[in-house]
Amino acid sequence: MTAATIPTFDPITEAIAAVKGVPQTAEAELPEADGAVKTRDLLIIDYSGDLEKVWAALILASTGAAMGVRTRVFVTFWGLQVFVKDSKRITGQNWMQKMLSAMQRPGISHRKLSKMNFLGMGPWMMGRLAKQYGVASPKELLEAAQALGVEFIPCQMTMDMFGLKPEDMIEGMGEPAGAATVIGLMTDNSTPLFI
Amino acid sequence: MPTLAITHTVDARGLSCPMPIVKTAQACRVVPAGSVVELLATDPGSTKDVGAWCRATGNELVEQTIDGGVHRFVIRRK
Repeated sequence: MTAATIPTFDPITEAIAAVKGVPQTAEAELPEADGAVKTRDLLIIDYSGDLEKVWAALILASTGAAMGVRTRVFVTFWGLQVFVKDSKRITGQNWMQKMLSAMQRPGISHRKLSKMNFLGMGPWMMGRLAKQYGVASPKELLEAAQALGVEFIPCQMTMDMFGLKPEDMIEGMGEPAGAATVIGLMTDNSTPLFI
Repeated sequence: MPTLAITHTVDARGLSCPMPIVKTAQACRVVPAGSVVELLATDPGSTKDVGAWCRATGNELVEQTIDGGVHRFVIRRK
């Protein structure tokens, strides 16, 4: 039997053929605030400590809070390093924790780009461009987000793993919590984002 | 149309997204309900964003004009 005799079935082609019309989203307007439609709570899981991702997370968090949306940011793994005080140089209790913090300096002002970091040239240029185009820095966005009531929840497990103490963290952080708290916040009334 | 008495002016000229919205939201937290807030912005995205913010927060966008690249929004706080 040759391959040519097998009836061809391409599920992707079938699925495309089954779609009727093109979704009209480009010009969709936000619904009127008549109490009938409410924007859902925003839950951002900030996993990354990369400059560009932290920036995006903080833009969304501050905008969410500005729009009256209850906004929570769960900070975990590399994302937790962002919320360590800028003044902290070495954190942790044992040599491995200390070495990790030495290799990647914690704090919001010491973020690196995931691509094109070039020993700090990339972030430096990003900072220059941001200033030139009036883009708020991650630090400014963090201050705005906190002033507007964004809740930052540190991950207890990551705090333990990196040997971080509550006094290592910036002011105004929430009570440390775990994955169950985050899953519990993923309700019909929330939009979770993993950044 | 009678000129509205501006309670507070938010000068977000030269600032990019999301700062015009963030600064407006911060201003609207401190002014009393019913007061009129003026926002000046040069971010072209603000033409859509301010409307979206007003609809989401229930504040009223009374006026929207542009003069020499500066967008001016007059918002009545709910």
